[in-house]
Amino acid sequence: MPKNSKSKNNNEGKRDFLIISTYAMAGIGAAAVAWPLIDQMNPAADTLALASTEVDLSSLEEGQAITVTWRGKPVFVRHRTPEEIKLAKEVSLDDMRHPETDEERVPNEKFIVLVGVCTHLGCVPLGQKSGDVKGQYGGWFCPCHGSHYDHSGRIRKGPAPTNLEVPSYKFLSDNVIKIG
Amino acid sequence: MSKSKFKNPVVKWIDHRLPVFSFMDHELNHYPTPKNLNYFWNFGSLAGFALVTMIVTGIVLSMNYTAHVDYAFDSVERIMRDVNHGWLIRYIHMNGASFFFIVVYIHIFRGLYYGSYKAPRELLWILGVLILLLMMATAFMGYVLPWGQMSFWGATVITNLFSAIPLVGESIVTWLWGGFSVDNSTLNRFFSLHFVLPFVIVGVVILHLIALHRFGSNNPIGIDVKGTQDTVPFSPYYTIKDLFGLSVFLSFFAAAVFFFPNFMGHPDNYIEANPMVTPAHIVPEWYFLPFYAILRAIPDKLGGVLFMFGAIAVLFVLPWLDRSSVRSSQFRPIYKIFFWILLFDCILLGYLGAMPAEGIYVILSRIATAYYFFHFLILFPLLPYIEKTKPLPISISEPILGGAATASAFATREKK
Repeated sequence: MPKNSKSKNNNEGKRDFLIISTYAMAGIGAAAVAWPLIDQMNPAADTLALASTEVDLSSLEEGQAITVTWRGKPVFVRHRTPEEIKLAKEVSLDDMRHPETDEERVPNEKFIVLVGVCTHLGCVPLGQKSGDVKGQYGGWFCPCHGSHYDHSGRIRKGPAPTNLEVPSYKFLSDNVIKIG
Repeated sequence: MSKSKFKNPVVKWIDHRLPVFSFMDHELNHYPTPKNLNYFWNFGSLAGFALVTMIVTGIVLSMNYTAHVDYAFDSVERIMRDVNHGWLIRYIHMNGASFFFIVVYIHIFRGLYYGSYKAPRELLWILGVLILLLMMATAFMGYVLPWGQMSFWGATVITNLFSAIPLVGESIVTWLWGGFSVDNSTLNRFFSLHFVLPFVIVGVVILHLIALHRFGSNNPIGIDVKGTQDTVPFSPYYTIKDLFGLSVFLSFFAAAVFFFPNFMGHPDNYIEANPMVTPAHIVPEWYFLPFYAILRAIPDKLGGVLFMFGAIAVLFVLPWLDRSSVRSSQFRPIYKIFFWILLFDCILLGYLGAMPAEGIYVILSRIATAYYFFHFLILFPLLPYIEKTKPLPISISEPILGGAATASAFATREKK
């Protein structure tokens, strides 16, 4: 072998480039093959298609609540009394874990619409039926690990990190909402 | 191969081409095993027996089970009432899971007491922890399949643990569910994974055994085997001892299956799953309770999840956390006391996991969680610097053959 270190280095550089680019292409190929196998576990088209629900609120009296199903989860709709609305609006946000005003959460102050799933670990809070425990703040109470929510569905006490989720919904008429 | 050790010509013919019989003869018959093993060394083979029992009953159950939210609960009830011997097979499978965990937990504490995880058996231990993790995943998914209230809400709470991960948590949970809540897609994939994971466990168990046979079993004294005088062939000595242990185990197992089949279950799981109503008191299966107590002891969602997984993660690095070169607790007077405290601590955590998360139970579970991590992260690395260990025997034979006199007699004889 002639002692030509320069050309040897060049060859090594070329070889390294070929090896690295081969591995890189193989890696991209493997990821491309793996993706359909992983993504098939995400919600399928028919599951996504079931993503909206219409609810008629005309028969819901003041103080009453109904639970409807949306995407397999319970959605709480409660017709709040004037006192409840007053409480929800006037309370100070200072010591809330997840401060949000009632106006941000409830477009039509009479009807509050919430995903009925505790933000801690997914249990369904109590408070929809007349005999249910409603917690210290009069809204909802999760029996699993003791989270208390107020009239606006805001977390006030217990382990849940955030307020009850407000689903995206709109009023189709005065008394009909479309969730999703 | 002129001199084969096998007389049967068929066996001889096969073994010459495919040496499976030589392999079994070597690993199960002649395999030299320390002669001083006590009954705590039975639990490895018992775990193997439990695994095979679960696979056999599980395959049979899957022939009668329907993985669909509308039929799953009814198909399990049909197994219990109409399928020939279905009640027996399901009760064996259901209680078999609990007994598998009992056996494996004893097996793990055996390892902790006698220092079986120390060099050169670190990988053997790590493979064992991996088996434990796989068992937990398999057991959790199996519990979802009957589609009772505890199945559904257990699945909801446990999958929601992943929502604690910052940024991607919610997407991961949706991916795990295949929808926006625990539903038919979730049940289907859990059935598929519950079926396949036990065979993955079999694979890791084989690796666990290969690693075991590399250096052989540890023993109650924890010192290395010095030669053939310290060992006996596995068969017949330990095959017969394992079989005796198995018969004792089967007596307890049969008592549970036939007389208390629902003792370790929850009545709520005989109510069909209802996504609109959460049971008043959700509790996981007993073998998850210590980890559940740790989860609830931390007053922060992400923190709780991290500590719970951390409780298993510390086991993976245990061979490097423990700085003591002495394996067996018999020669570690201080560690021995702390071992029993750890065992008590784990049982206490299990009790607290079953209690409601309020008042004194929260305080106690915080103390017990703190002790668990103190034991692994502080005590194991630091204790060897303080502890004065007792003198180790010269060999496994020495304490059996009558102490120092015999050992010195051996030594003088060897000099001559």
